[in-house]
Amino acid sequence: MSNIPADLKYARSHEWVRAQADGTVEVGISDHAQQALGDLVFVEVPEVGRALQPGDACAVVESVKAASDVYSPVAGTVIAVNEGLAKAPELINQDPYGAGWIMRLKLSGPLAAAELLGPEAYAAVAEAG
Amino acid sequence: MPFIPHTEQDVTEMLAAIGAPDIESLFEEIPAELRVRSLAGVPEGLNEQQVMQLMYARARQDGQPLNFIGAGAYEHHIPAAVWAIVARGEFYSAYTPYQAEASQGTLQTIYEYQSMITALTGLQVANASLYDGATAVAEACLMAVRANRRSSAARVLMPRTVHPHYRAVTRAATGGQGLKLEELAYVRSSGQTASEALASSEGQDVTALVIQQPNFFGVLEDVDALTDWAHARGALVIAVVNPTSLAVLKPPGSWGQRGADIVVGDGQPLGCPLSSGGPYFGFMATRMDYVRQMPGRIVGRTVDLDGRPGFALTLQAREQHIRRGKATSNICTNQGLLMIAGTIYCAMMGAAGLERVARTCMARTAELVSALSRLPGVRPAFGTARFHEAVLLFDRPVAPLLEALAAQGIEGGFDLGVHYPELGHALLVCATEARSSADVAAYAQKLSELLKEARVA
Amino acid sequence: MSLPMCERLIFDCGRAGRGARGQWPAAEANVPDIPASLRRVRPPALPEVSELDAVRHYTRLSQLNFSIDTHFYPLGSCTMKYNPRACNAAAMLPEFLGRHPLATGAHSQGFLACMHELQEMLMEVTGMRGVALTPMAGAHGEFAGVAMIRAYHRARGDLGRVEIIVPTAAHGTNPATASMCGCVAREIGVGPDGDVDLAALRAAVGPRTAGIMLTNPSTLGIFERGIAEVARIVHEAGGLLYYDGANLNAILGKVRPGDMGFDVMHMNLHKTFSTPHGGGGPGAGAVGVGPRLLPFMPLPVVAREGAGEAARYRWLGEADLPQSIGRLTGFNGNAGVLLRAYVYMRMLGREGMSRVGDFATLNSNYLLARLQQAGYVAAYPQRRASHEFILTLKALAQQQGVTAMDVAKRLLDYGFHAPTTYFPLLVPECLLIEPTETESKETLDAFVVAMATILSEAASEPETLRTAPHRMPVRRLDDVRAARELDLAHRPVTA
Repeated sequence: MSNIPADLKYARSHEWVRAQADGTVEVGISDHAQQALGDLVFVEVPEVGRALQPGDACAVVESVKAASDVYSPVAGTVIAVNEGLAKAPELINQDPYGAGWIMRLKLSGPLAAAELLGPEAYAAVAEAG
Repeated sequence: MPFIPHTEQDVTEMLAAIGAPDIESLFEEIPAELRVRSLAGVPEGLNEQQVMQLMYARARQDGQPLNFIGAGAYEHHIPAAVWAIVARGEFYSAYTPYQAEASQGTLQTIYEYQSMITALTGLQVANASLYDGATAVAEACLMAVRANRRSSAARVLMPRTVHPHYRAVTRAATGGQGLKLEELAYVRSSGQTASEALASSEGQDVTALVIQQPNFFGVLEDVDALTDWAHARGALVIAVVNPTSLAVLKPPGSWGQRGADIVVGDGQPLGCPLSSGGPYFGFMATRMDYVRQMPGRIVGRTVDLDGRPGFALTLQAREQHIRRGKATSNICTNQGLLMIAGTIYCAMMGAAGLERVARTCMARTAELVSALSRLPGVRPAFGTARFHEAVLLFDRPVAPLLEALAAQGIEGGFDLGVHYPELGHALLVCATEARSSADVAAYAQKLSELLKEARVA
Repeated sequence: MSLPMCERLIFDCGRAGRGARGQWPAAEANVPDIPASLRRVRPPALPEVSELDAVRHYTRLSQLNFSIDTHFYPLGSCTMKYNPRACNAAAMLPEFLGRHPLATGAHSQGFLACMHELQEMLMEVTGMRGVALTPMAGAHGEFAGVAMIRAYHRARGDLGRVEIIVPTAAHGTNPATASMCGCVAREIGVGPDGDVDLAALRAAVGPRTAGIMLTNPSTLGIFERGIAEVARIVHEAGGLLYYDGANLNAILGKVRPGDMGFDVMHMNLHKTFSTPHGGGGPGAGAVGVGPRLLPFMPLPVVAREGAGEAARYRWLGEADLPQSIGRLTGFNGNAGVLLRAYVYMRMLGREGMSRVGDFATLNSNYLLARLQQAGYVAAYPQRRASHEFILTLKALAQQQGVTAMDVAKRLLDYGFHAPTTYFPLLVPECLLIEPTETESKETLDAFVVAMATILSEAASEPETLRTAPHRMPVRRLDDVRAARELDLAHRPVTA
């Protein structure tokens, strides 16, 4: 059973979104997603300054047996990326909701307007595979 | 039946185990109207003795002319041991090394090959080889588009001094993905890429510049200046090189201030026979930064469960069997056997032997150019420093001369008329270490006679 | 097993100053100068070994490999049949090895005659109207085929056709090829019996359909019974049918792609026509086309002018085929591989060619029957196996915690190469097994004994399987470390 923190929002494509106090958001991939991928060996993060629409492929997470695109769950501009992942992709395996964050975005609209799932709804998605 | 070991009793027992009355019944799911009636167009089978007689006869038809053609495929001495080892069943009939534990021989050889390619080119990583030099150039252009994040134009500058077949293959391979190839003119007097040609791209978004060294004319390009020009404008540099020449020429990793970004070429000169154009192998090397954009198989050294060193395919997430529609390329083979031949060749020659080969080729070609240029109506096209090929200009059409030479057992060179009509009657000639001074003299003698005959006629 | 266990790197053999001097040309006195700025300063770090050092090292490395000459390879979709030595001997005749690809016609007629006859024989066994030999692998042939499909639609001004339909069970090269050609792959499912879901196909085709890529028998090891209906649906929608020749061995002499309605195909000569796999290449992926695609064939192709004694052969170029998709290789493709395929086809002849499918299918069905008796589960038990079949080890994985990979690795210990594992993706814990027609009943029986032993080990000592192999030069390798701590070259150059 995977860990699905109650204070986050989720996308069907297994990304999580955390609202920050300053109005920006932090994005990563869920515990369920990292388990399905297995040991990550490489993470490609987007360039700072890139403008993203919901559903844009913006990062790649790669394990020995799979490479998956990470899709932006919201519309916004990349203001920071997790540089530590270049040296230590396993941070996502070890701490997907903390040290394994991927990027921070400045939203281009209210977060409430984004089509995101709550923890219960996402648990059902993860359960279904 | 050749190569089918079944006896009648085998068939009877096997059908009984299956529970089928006859072999025919195993095809019951194929609709009857689709079944083949006969294969009348295929001749009766031959046994090994008969087929070898046929092949000896076909081979005799082609003969063994004295060859002075280069143009991307070069005749070199190949140590007898190279193909004695390559033809061993354990290499020859092995499968792709997906089962690493049962393929350490192939895998370690690939790792050694990758190491040798990095040593020759001066870049950090190499793949396990691509189909040939031409497809390697095409793949390098596609890779440059993926790797150069600062460029969005998908625009590659391709000098006309690059092998015309390589340019044609690149066009055919990249057109579907919308890559724009722009040809660059060369300087008529030097045979080098023209700096004025570059000027027309000033201020525009250029993804990559291709530089062939030595270029198709055998001429040495000013690689430092070209490399620095490209880098100053945010373009990547794709070097196309002859591996033999790297024993004596500056490696692409040291071109200009920063070195070339992707290096490709045809590995044929390293232990692969001319063999009518293939199989050869394409090599590719790049900076570590771009390794995930590189197509083709890559082998890495790692350890097994007991901590012992071993080799395995790695970075497979780039490849078609995992990434499917988003793979870096659809390629799923390398030219395994040829790459092994290249590895054994390089091991045997070493840096000193390869340098000896390169210098002998240069000396022999210089000898050839000087001998042929002494004939009336023949002169070198360019006065620029060259490696082991040269363009000669004639005062009459080249094709009839080549046919007349062929009738006397000499393949005299490659007619440039189709690809470079502006040069007039131009011939590309090559003499490697496989040609002796006596061979060069024989060519000059025959050509001299032909030119005289033509004058009398 | 007496395999040598480990061989050091060639770079660690030999010593500074050593060399295989018998291979070096004599030193030349009059070598032209290279301008200083273009000269190499430090020699490349290549090995410095004697000829014996090199021969011994690479001979030992070869002995770390499995190969067809030493082991049975039941590798599904790969057709690892015996590679006759005559094919190699003929291709290695000195005249063929020494022939320059740009030689004049005078020194080409023997080679070109072989190539022309090869084209003709391949047309006959596939039911195609034209064959081009230059693609250098199956995936390269796929590229040529899809590029021709695009060129055909474009020539008709039909620019919107950019979708290539592929079944979910397709080989990964199919969608990758579609992308390389600037198309998009659209996947459709298969029904419970393994045939293409015709309703899904009808829903998928339309004015955006460029074509469909199929192999038949499919990657599920069964014949696509609705092929005629598939062809009708795709053709009526304006699309073309591409045949992936990966499984041609199953039907050689039985049914031809051209007769099934396919417009274009590639043939894996290194599978069906027995040229060597060479540890991953060279292959050869000749393409065949129906009448509609003849003008678009890749360059060059061999033409014959005149007949009998007066016949002359030449390469056709751009002037002959102005609508061609262009040149795909530096010269004429893997000519030496094509010669090997030619010799193989001449040895089999008409009769032998029509028996390949028979015995490949007999061996496959026999092996399936015996493995089912031994307790293995077929993925499609209600269907007739073609030249290959799928076992599913889902129950074994759930009950004993032993995976298809574990079984595959354990087979190595018993002297058999592993079958294809985890392909096709839609069958869980699968083994795809293809014995080929060149294996004897005794070899198949020995394989069954090994598989039965492994099944009993799964119950009695599953840990042995989970940590297999135990008798190979190395045990399972650390793939994660290989990818995280990239070590891709000895003494990597720091640029």
